[in-house]
Amino acid sequence: MSTVRDAMIARVRRNLGVSGTDVTRRAAVADRLARAPAGLVPARGQLDPDARVALFIAKAEGVQATTERVAAAAEIPAAVAAYLRRHNLPQRVRTGDDPRLAALDWSVGAGLDVTRGPSDGSDLVCVSHAVAGVAETGTLVLTSGPDNPTTLNFLPDVHMVVVDAGTIGGDYETVWRDLRSRLGKGVMPRTVNFVTGPSRSADIEQTLLLGAHGPRSLHVIVVG
Amino acid sequence: MTAHVITSPRFKDNAHEAMLSPPLQKAMGNVERNFIERRAQAAANLPEFEALRDAARDIKTHTLKHLDLYLEAYEKKVVEAGGHVHWAADADAANKIILDICRKAGAETVTKGKSMISEEIGLNAYLEANGVTPVETDLGEYIIQLRGEAPSHIIAPAVHVNKEEVEAEFRRVHTHLDPKRDLSEPTSLLAEARGELRQKFLAADVGITGANFLIAETGTSVIVTNEGNGDLTQILPRVHVVIASLEKITPTLEDASQILRVLARSATGQEMSVYTTFSTGPRRPGDPDGPEEYHVVLLDNGRTAMLGTEFEDMLRCIRCGACMNHCPVYHAIGGHAYGWVYPGPMGAVLTPTLIGVDKGGHLPNASTFCGRCESVCPMRIPLPKLMRHWREREFERHLQPQTVRWGLKTWVFFATRPALYRLATRLAMGTLGRLGRAAGRFKSLPLAGGWTKYRDMPAPEGGTFQAEWAKRRRAA
Repeated sequence: MSTVRDAMIARVRRNLGVSGTDVTRRAAVADRLARAPAGLVPARGQLDPDARVALFIAKAEGVQATTERVAAAAEIPAAVAAYLRRHNLPQRVRTGDDPRLAALDWSVGAGLDVTRGPSDGSDLVCVSHAVAGVAETGTLVLTSGPDNPTTLNFLPDVHMVVVDAGTIGGDYETVWRDLRSRLGKGVMPRTVNFVTGPSRSADIEQTLLLGAHGPRSLHVIVVG
Repeated sequence: MTAHVITSPRFKDNAHEAMLSPPLQKAMGNVERNFIERRAQAAANLPEFEALRDAARDIKTHTLKHLDLYLEAYEKKVVEAGGHVHWAADADAANKIILDICRKAGAETVTKGKSMISEEIGLNAYLEANGVTPVETDLGEYIIQLRGEAPSHIIAPAVHVNKEEVEAEFRRVHTHLDPKRDLSEPTSLLAEARGELRQKFLAADVGITGANFLIAETGTSVIVTNEGNGDLTQILPRVHVVIASLEKITPTLEDASQILRVLARSATGQEMSVYTTFSTGPRRPGDPDGPEEYHVVLLDNGRTAMLGTEFEDMLRCIRCGACMNHCPVYHAIGGHAYGWVYPGPMGAVLTPTLIGVDKGGHLPNASTFCGRCESVCPMRIPLPKLMRHWREREFERHLQPQTVRWGLKTWVFFATRPALYRLATRLAMGTLGRLGRAAGRFKSLPLAGGWTKYRDMPAPEGGTFQAEWAKRRRAA
């Protein structure tokens, strides 16, 4: 294709003293890409489901997220409305087309105004549904698409994220395994966001401040 | 054109000036206090941390040995996902490619996530000279862009700036805001930057980010940030450009996950940075947001030349900054004294490679060889050894002053003749011990002016180290 490209790859081969047709090298690379070996996974997240959820919550709170746990999805609208009241915020949220969120009866929140679609930056509070949680660091995993537009993760002041307890895994490797089984090997959503706490910066005199460019608050609702 | 004038050749003067600057010394105190403690805590809290460092090193070593094949695999996956890969042999080529993408997009302003590669190639100056306005959006990068400076730290670019200076800069530039506003606290400064930059994010035509990893398995670029600026940079504009050097290639998502476990812990002492974002190609059919075009510019700029040499180890570097956070020389002089964009031990090794040992040759000498950088490097790069390699090359190429060469040659003459060495040092120590006995120190000494100009030389107590050592062994 491009001669610059070929020259760069040729330089790599020349300096490594290797050839591009070496069968052993090709096999080593093909094997690693095909198997994607897991490597060393910390013991910390390897727990039974209850302990895993407890670790996830503790880790998320350790990085200044707030959390609450509800018994069933039906309780989400009331939890959202109560959070907004507690923080003196208008009863208005933006969400995507996530079917799990769309199926809920949002009228329980007495006048909770729910709009759908990506954010243009004017939404104070957005609600997303995570595909998974990772216990080892209290990390949320969100994927892009009409269900959960990526702009909802970054533009609001307050980001509320719903995660099913059953999708909270011990480690990042679990996330990749699940994505592969859903989408196929080597296929990724346009964007996968790992979110660990609300936005922050320590760029002024090393003072840690929350709410740099992304959400100032991250509230996690664990369901089940 | 380069954005950052290279002052590495006058390193000694830079260092001298830095040590005489009280605000800089105060800021460097922050580095020493915060980063070291936080990393130590994070490492202690993960029992597998040391083993993960080995795993991370092995992944990169394997990748570099097969870099040609992983580059080909990566390119194939990016194209499959609808993205474009551009290959750039040097800084000029990379700048031209990016300008061309901006022009085709009709871009007037571009927002930028933090990228050291962008600093290395002088992208901002190039874009500006060609009528495109770049806006840095990482708070630290925004501050130094306003001040017209190079970063002084690879992950905390404005670590040398105090809050009063940030306030002064914001008042100078944000003239449309109330001049009587209170900016005395870091929180108000952050809120003001957030407000100003929010407008820029929404108005930009092109967003440029770096990459912490390029994943061959999936054609994915990964950015790791705490502020969320990198994400706003890459999801809001119509075009997303990733600029990355080719050693960022990592085979699989699992391999990247191994390295992520040592990256934030080594850098800021966090277990995980706030936002780790995996991006693959442009917006998909049905996607309500995300860029319509996705480009990756793969930069060589001297890196392929490091393969197969003693400097290949340096290509494992993941730019965490732990080496400078733990470096007594960096603590004393800050990042700007190093005279270009990469400071500290990693800069002392990398800079001579990228700008030439004739210009960067002083930097590998700025080390006490205490070994702390290597002891904390998550990728186990033997930084002191690599600095020694540069010193050897500098010597071979006759780049040091004649006096240094004579001094070294004289030392070699004695060091390779142990009996003569013992005799000479015994005589010297004995003489100096007698001469200095009364005062206990020397205010000046022939051939040691460099030392005694700033501090006294303690008088030897009479015996040489070797003699004392032998005495102890006999006693034991």
